[in-house]
Amino acid sequence: MSVFEARWHSVNLAVACFALDPTSLGGLQVRARVGPVRDRFEDGLRRALAGQALARMAPTMGDDALYGGLDLAATLQTGSLHRTQGLLTRGGTLFLPMAERVEPRLAGRLAAALDTRRDLALVAFDEGAEPGEHTPEALLDRLALHIDLSDHPLSDAPDLQFDMDALSEARRALPEIIVPEEVIRELVMVAARLGVKSLRAPSQALAIARASAALSGASEVEEADLLLAVELVLAPRATQIPDIDEPQEDTAPPAPEDQPDDATDPESHADQPPAEVLLEAARAMLPPDLLARLAAGKAKRTASGSGSGAKQTGNRRGRPLPPRPGKLGGGARLDLVATLRAAAPWQTIRRRISGDNGRIHVRASDLRIRRYQETSDRAIIFVVDASGSAAMARLAEAKGAVELLLAEAYARRDHVALIAFRGEGSDVLLPPTRSLVQTKRRLSSLPGGGGTPLAAGLKAALDLVGLARGKGMTPSIALLTDGRANVDLSGAANRAQASEDASLMARFLRSEGVPGLVIDTGLRPTRGLDGLAREMGAPYLPLPRADGRSLSRAVDAALTP
Amino acid sequence: MKDMKRPGPFPFSAIVGQDEMKRAMVLTAIDGGIGGVLVFGDRGTGKSTAVRGLAALLPEIDAVAGCPVNSEQVGDVPDWVTLQDSNVIAKPTPVIDLPLGATEDRVVGALDIEKALTKGEKAFEPGLLARANRGYLYIDEVNLLEDHIVDLLLDVAQSGQNVVEREGLSIRHAARFVLVGSGNPEEGELRPQLLDRFGLSVEVESPKDLDVRIDVIRRRDAYDRDAMTFCADWDAADADLRAQIVTARKRLASIEASDAIIRDCAALCLALGSDGLRGELTLLRAARALAAFEGDTAVDRGHLRLVAASALRHRLRRDPLDEAGSTTRVTRVVDEVLG
Repeated sequence: MSVFEARWHSVNLAVACFALDPTSLGGLQVRARVGPVRDRFEDGLRRALAGQALARMAPTMGDDALYGGLDLAATLQTGSLHRTQGLLTRGGTLFLPMAERVEPRLAGRLAAALDTRRDLALVAFDEGAEPGEHTPEALLDRLALHIDLSDHPLSDAPDLQFDMDALSEARRALPEIIVPEEVIRELVMVAARLGVKSLRAPSQALAIARASAALSGASEVEEADLLLAVELVLAPRATQIPDIDEPQEDTAPPAPEDQPDDATDPESHADQPPAEVLLEAARAMLPPDLLARLAAGKAKRTASGSGSGAKQTGNRRGRPLPPRPGKLGGGARLDLVATLRAAAPWQTIRRRISGDNGRIHVRASDLRIRRYQETSDRAIIFVVDASGSAAMARLAEAKGAVELLLAEAYARRDHVALIAFRGEGSDVLLPPTRSLVQTKRRLSSLPGGGGTPLAAGLKAALDLVGLARGKGMTPSIALLTDGRANVDLSGAANRAQASEDASLMARFLRSEGVPGLVIDTGLRPTRGLDGLAREMGAPYLPLPRADGRSLSRAVDAALTP
Repeated sequence: MKDMKRPGPFPFSAIVGQDEMKRAMVLTAIDGGIGGVLVFGDRGTGKSTAVRGLAALLPEIDAVAGCPVNSEQVGDVPDWVTLQDSNVIAKPTPVIDLPLGATEDRVVGALDIEKALTKGEKAFEPGLLARANRGYLYIDEVNLLEDHIVDLLLDVAQSGQNVVEREGLSIRHAARFVLVGSGNPEEGELRPQLLDRFGLSVEVESPKDLDVRIDVIRRRDAYDRDAMTFCADWDAADADLRAQIVTARKRLASIEASDAIIRDCAALCLALGSDGLRGELTLLRAARALAAFEGDTAVDRGHLRLVAASALRHRLRRDPLDEAGSTTRVTRVVDEVLG
């Protein structure tokens, strides 16, 4: 069986488990672009859920649609009160397409609904293309199953198979499934060793194990059920690779991150073997990119990816604009005065037609909606030269400037990102963030030394500019360097090609209309750097021996509109 | 499998560990004047569970049945309310969720558009602040709250009054509530003005002890499988805690705080360089509530030690270049000052 066949088999099992009792699992998320594979999956899911309440949501739904509200058109038409029914008040399984675009506002409400209502489940379709685009963490944590089909070939995705009779039989058996005492212990232990911090995960794994046992017709949770639970729930959430080969008596197996080491309790070693089997299995199921990231020594915790805070796009505040005709709902606010003003001229006519003189006649076409000019958040992208001998000092200064800017970020609505370039390419050390905590964690150690791939740094900045704009921010770039480009875009040491590439990227940035600032940290002005600044359309600022404070002042002054 | 009857939330006393968070919440229940709790920490550590459990734990309040702002007596009912039912009844203490992205209208209240449009009446539709009066206002993901809502909350929390002057309405009503916020600091920081408004702050993290974690999952599983029975099993523990809170409330006024203790409070705040006097006042109030809860007659250094971190860690001036966390700094200073 190929990797994909095996995975599709697990997906089939996952959907069956989910269909048994969707609400006890909270829900599932599927990461896949729209396409035939996802269609097959969704089709299978719908067949498995046949007979249960389903509804489709939109990522921009307003409160009226969620909780129900006034049906204004009908109310005005008839003169008596009409209400619409909300999706969340009906319960059942909700399908949420484009889950990566869900605003924190909606995510918060859905999370609260999943917490408090026991008749609700969510199926989130994450269509994110970039690693930074994903379903908000607040939701993700509450959905038991995380399925990734983003690279799954159609040839290995036959129709999902379900035996509906077996499903309903298993559904009846589910409440009677016995959970042996040590099962909880094993799941908790495996979760801890995989670096899964949230305590919801072991609970969800337990629910899957129970469902799996019911499906196989057993009366008790067995090892195969646990394996499935680990594969479906715990492995996708792993943030570290468990050290299996460590001697068991060792009090502190080295953890790659500063994860709590939970396996030091001496009595927990007594019943180690089953957990070891599970761990061994889990290790094989870890996402391949996790291995790659860990191998590169920069494991990122999934939980500390760019949080939903960074995704706050618009701010519904700012300068009011003239009201315009529109429909209520979707968070729009009625401008009552403008509405009445619009309705006023028609009163005599409408009274004559309806024969009712006692009230003001307002029609749906009179409704006026308030509008605000949105001001978007600033994203300052630091592109820092980490090459050569002065790299350490320069990076430390940039880090100081980033933290100082962030310390006042909430007042100025700044997001800050940091890109370092050295050797053959560039690294995004810090994606756009407003969080000082995250920044400190990410920037605790910074690499330095090697050649100067200026073009690669600018290219990475250009990518971040696109990402930041997609999130509704206004990006600008601060370039810190003291040297001339000597590594080209392909990573080869070719001075002529390197400076050509750099000037090409600079002109790209200018054509994108990104405001920038070029800071020369060399002791004497570096030749050619002012030319690059001109090509970027950015001011050139020689700032020898700049410290964090003067840097943040300069950047702030130059990039404030 | 699911009961048709709505089971209660996960019982507060059944929450495993997280003692500092539970203590902070109980203290605000004893003395509402302490001014709210901020809970910061990772996902899945029981933040929301604790707040939702707190609602079921709190003693009931006496309130006028038909009053939208839970007034204690008929005389306190705002003049814009037409009372349908003026009996004073026992209501559960309100714990109101303020969702992210709630519009200003929903928070402060607004013109009742329904009535305005269908009957042509100018009526006021009370908002979340009205419902939270004399109770709790809970904001999950408080660090993601939009700035204009934060400003509004600060203003109301300061004055204890909600004033609505808009769209031809002029309405005011009492809005005194305990603010409970939770969030994950990795997703954004909180404005210092709002930070300062919370009396106590707590940092929670997943329990590190394996057996504690297993206990958490076991209880959660029991609750998920049969919430009714689980809640019934924990009813007695919740009732005990409720009785302790009620007793502590009564004893609160008689708790002594010697000059030496007040000097300790001041010395702690000076040593930490916390802004303003609010830190000292909160520290003393929280210590007094703790003494009442534990059945002591006077505040001693042991009480101060237990509440110092909660009362002070969010009031330190932030130094972006200091790597040590606020909790470490407070603990260090407490050890120095209290010996």
